[in-house]
Amino acid sequence: MTAGQIRPIANSVRSGAARAVDVLNGYLARIDAREAEINAFNLVLHDEARERAEVIDAEVAAGRDPGVLAGVPIALKDNMCTRGVPTTCSSKILQDWRPPYDATVVQRLAAAGAVIVGKTNLDEFAMGSSTENSAFGPTRNPLDVTRVPGGSSGGSAAAVAAGFAAGSLGSDTGGSIRQPAALCGVVGVKPTYGTVSRLGLVAFASSLDQIGPFTTDVADAALLLEAIAGHDPGDSTSIPKPFPSLEPSLTRGVEGLRIGRITDLPGGADADVQARVDAAFDALAAAGATIVDVTIPAFTYGLTAYYLIAPAEASSNLARYDGVRYGMRVAAADTNAMYSATRSAGFGPEVRRRIMLGTYALSAGYYDAYYGKALKVRRLMAHDFDAAYADVDVVLTPASPSVAFPFGSKTSDPLAMYLCDTYTIPSNLTGHPAMSVPFGTGADGLPVGVQVLAPALGEATMFAVAAELERAAGAAQ
Amino acid sequence: MSAAPWMHEGFEMVVGLEVHVELATATKLFSGSPNRFGDEPNTNIDPVTLGLPGALPVLNRQAVELAMRIGLALGCTVQECVFARKNYFYPDMPKAYQISQYDRPLNVDGRLDLPDGSSVGVERAHLEEDTGKSTHIGGSGRIHGSEGSLIDFNRAGVPLVEIVSRPDISSPDQARLYAAELRAILVAVGASDARMEEGSMRVDANVSVRRPGEPLGTRCEIKNVNSVRSLGRAIDYEARRQVALITAGESIRQETRHWDEADGRTHTLRTKEDADDYRYFPEPDLVPVCPDAAWIDAVRASLPPLPAQRRQQLAEATGQAIDGEAVMTIVERGQDAYVHAVIAAGGAGERAVIHVKEAFAEAGIDPALPAATLASLIAMETGGQLTATQAKTVLADLIAQPNGDPVAIAAERGFEAMASDELEAMVDAAIAADPDAWEKFCAGEGKAMGALVGHVMKASRGQADGKVVTALLQARRPT
Amino acid sequence: MSDRITSEVVAKVARLSRLDLDDAELAAATAQLGDMLDHFADIDALDLSSVEPMTQPFALVNVMRDDVEQPTLDRDEVLLAAPDPVDGRFGVPPILGIEP
Repeated sequence: MTAGQIRPIANSVRSGAARAVDVLNGYLARIDAREAEINAFNLVLHDEARERAEVIDAEVAAGRDPGVLAGVPIALKDNMCTRGVPTTCSSKILQDWRPPYDATVVQRLAAAGAVIVGKTNLDEFAMGSSTENSAFGPTRNPLDVTRVPGGSSGGSAAAVAAGFAAGSLGSDTGGSIRQPAALCGVVGVKPTYGTVSRLGLVAFASSLDQIGPFTTDVADAALLLEAIAGHDPGDSTSIPKPFPSLEPSLTRGVEGLRIGRITDLPGGADADVQARVDAAFDALAAAGATIVDVTIPAFTYGLTAYYLIAPAEASSNLARYDGVRYGMRVAAADTNAMYSATRSAGFGPEVRRRIMLGTYALSAGYYDAYYGKALKVRRLMAHDFDAAYADVDVVLTPASPSVAFPFGSKTSDPLAMYLCDTYTIPSNLTGHPAMSVPFGTGADGLPVGVQVLAPALGEATMFAVAAELERAAGAAQ
Repeated sequence: MSAAPWMHEGFEMVVGLEVHVELATATKLFSGSPNRFGDEPNTNIDPVTLGLPGALPVLNRQAVELAMRIGLALGCTVQECVFARKNYFYPDMPKAYQISQYDRPLNVDGRLDLPDGSSVGVERAHLEEDTGKSTHIGGSGRIHGSEGSLIDFNRAGVPLVEIVSRPDISSPDQARLYAAELRAILVAVGASDARMEEGSMRVDANVSVRRPGEPLGTRCEIKNVNSVRSLGRAIDYEARRQVALITAGESIRQETRHWDEADGRTHTLRTKEDADDYRYFPEPDLVPVCPDAAWIDAVRASLPPLPAQRRQQLAEATGQAIDGEAVMTIVERGQDAYVHAVIAAGGAGERAVIHVKEAFAEAGIDPALPAATLASLIAMETGGQLTATQAKTVLADLIAQPNGDPVAIAAERGFEAMASDELEAMVDAAIAADPDAWEKFCAGEGKAMGALVGHVMKASRGQADGKVVTALLQARRPT
Repeated sequence: MSDRITSEVVAKVARLSRLDLDDAELAAATAQLGDMLDHFADIDALDLSSVEPMTQPFALVNVMRDDVEQPTLDRDEVLLAAPDPVDGRFGVPPILGIEP
């Protein structure tokens, strides 16, 4: 499914040419047909979505404009708070928890007329690269159900790839939007840190987390991102500037743009993936861009910096799940025993592993050697990218080292799983935007995603390059 | 009022104080829930207060400004600062971390000058959030032996400033002076009501002892001190306990100890052997605060005169000692502006101080009586129309009816000033009536004067001014 | 097996994290963390002495709000999600062996 869906739906619902209820029913029918197999959702909101679609239709009938996402069915990663609707993070510790408030992105989707169809599956607390770490069972890749959809936003990627929603939101802390987008053959965007409010996004690693869209094409991604982006006074790290329109980027082309090729990029990408990235450089050169070699010496240290910083922040962010105010409690004779019993039973193995790693990295005697050093590597990474962006407008890399891999192939070795994030992590450390665009297929006919990286607030250029890649991929078919 | 030095069996004490003070903001440090004492449990709550998943803190500008006021009043350097997370599990700490300041606090390197002329260094004064409150059920309300606890998060997230002194305090008296002076400053700058009894000001003491010239001893932290008076008792007890241990050949364990007001002792709360590991790291959900010079200057310019300066002004205006009880008390109560107004309206300063200190103790810090009225009353007193006792009576009437006229009240009460020739005649009559007493008085027996004055008071039905009578008697005594 | 981390340290980390580990879990966690730390040793060779730590992607400063009351949450709705609500408060078992 490569044609855009969001724009046509919103246009026809706003004009009265189509009813939101009918649009929704089409998506719900696909969910009913295939969700048992895919397990993209922790919760499908059949009734709430229908009621909402009826409200949208009534608005249109009354002559009001419900907004740029009028009647568009959207799926939400289940780590974004929805008032009165369970928000689980695919963890037993939050099973059945119903937030008393809506995340800012949920409010913005509602204000734009979107219809929320459900809450999607994820690796528990967004920790993982395959959605196998969910307490509620893995999500299957709609393109090959023997393989993972990627992670941690695997449910959101699969929902769009399977036609369960016209678009979805994921969160990206180390590649959790871009990698599953690549593995499911959809567009996935991690915007500049601070572009989309984190208020109501259940935190994994606060200085790295960012919400972004999954869509079937680049134009839809631009529209969905514009709808959720913009300053939020409720998030102290939100950039206090209006988000620019990406519309002009979609037709700009790449004439005159300088595309960076990182000559010291860490190895590890499979040959089929690398071949598609090489083809992407060729396509952009053919479309009028210049390919420029750059070096990012710190790139190779990104994984280490990330796997110290993210668990450190997570160890603190996840300390609040203590069985006192909400969520699961395992009874014990005293409060301290209750804490340990609850947390040991409520968190899965990967979450426990990262909490311990992060606690260690911050603890007395080890802080300087691990967390402190990782923060300095983070600075080196930002310096190296800043230097590269003096010479180029964007950088191209693989989004994932491989196409979708079979279930269980990396679950016994945490480090092997972590290596899935090699190419996506640096953008989270720097806070810069990056997106994955489907660009043909690799082994077994599975999709390959090419990652476009841009400097801070460089979304306009990034989308211009992504749109060009999309045109080139379409022309090649 | 100089602090008495403390020395016990050749040991001196070294004390530093950590004072937590709740700021007088309308809302919490990082959310818009009310900062209000005494509400129904768990009504002042929001996602940030409860540490709900997805909640994010946003800093309260007024809390920063009040913290700056404290820092500037203590002569601190106000600097760029960052927040840090202090990680620990406790049921009244909703996120299992406290947002505090660690290596970059807002205020550093200040000093507090005490009324006795000594001064105590202030290491830092930083912003942090308060915890909720636990109530222990069963076990007679104490944590030990309780069947469980109930948590109220109304207080969680209330803005606190922690003021950390240097270990410059060397006696219980000095500790009391520090706490009292700090409290006066906090109230004066409007940062807090600083009520120790209600917990809006909490004082912990780090106490160690040593022989003079020796390096610092192992210190213990004393918690649960609920008044300035208890602070002195707790420090004195703790230092003596440590001296007793050392002289008995034992060593001091670094630990946190709990002051028990009832038995007047400190008790082990927990040892610090299993060293606390709070894993401080920069709070990623908040950005640094960089107060620029313009902001700092504006806050500094808005500071009112501080208690030390006010005591000096009051002492100068009234001729009282700067560390005398009257001046200390009136400034502490915030009545010094009123005294200055009475003086400006023509009242004698030394009488104004006495009346305000005594008559307005119960009436609250803000006398309803117009300053001009008290000035008129004082003028009657110093002019001899009223005795000191009569003036006091009239003042009590005026407090009950602040719009009253002192002249009218004195007249109603029959406090007519006696003509001086009438009084002289009464004095002569008294001498004639009791020659025995007169003789003794002339021989220098002070007690005899009482009898003579008594005659005059009786004859005048209490209207004579005792002081004037005494003067007349003395004038008649042959030299 | 890596000797970067001992089981004693892992046990302390588990205590600080409020996670229970039995002996087998402790051994497995020690081995896994050791392997990771071996991998993370790649940054040991870097000279970072003159590099400032970077804690946030962007240098925003002075983000503050006015001291104005906002709506509070409904206590009953919040307590509905609590494991042990008692008289408008959150119940916990006895607090032993820990202090704030």
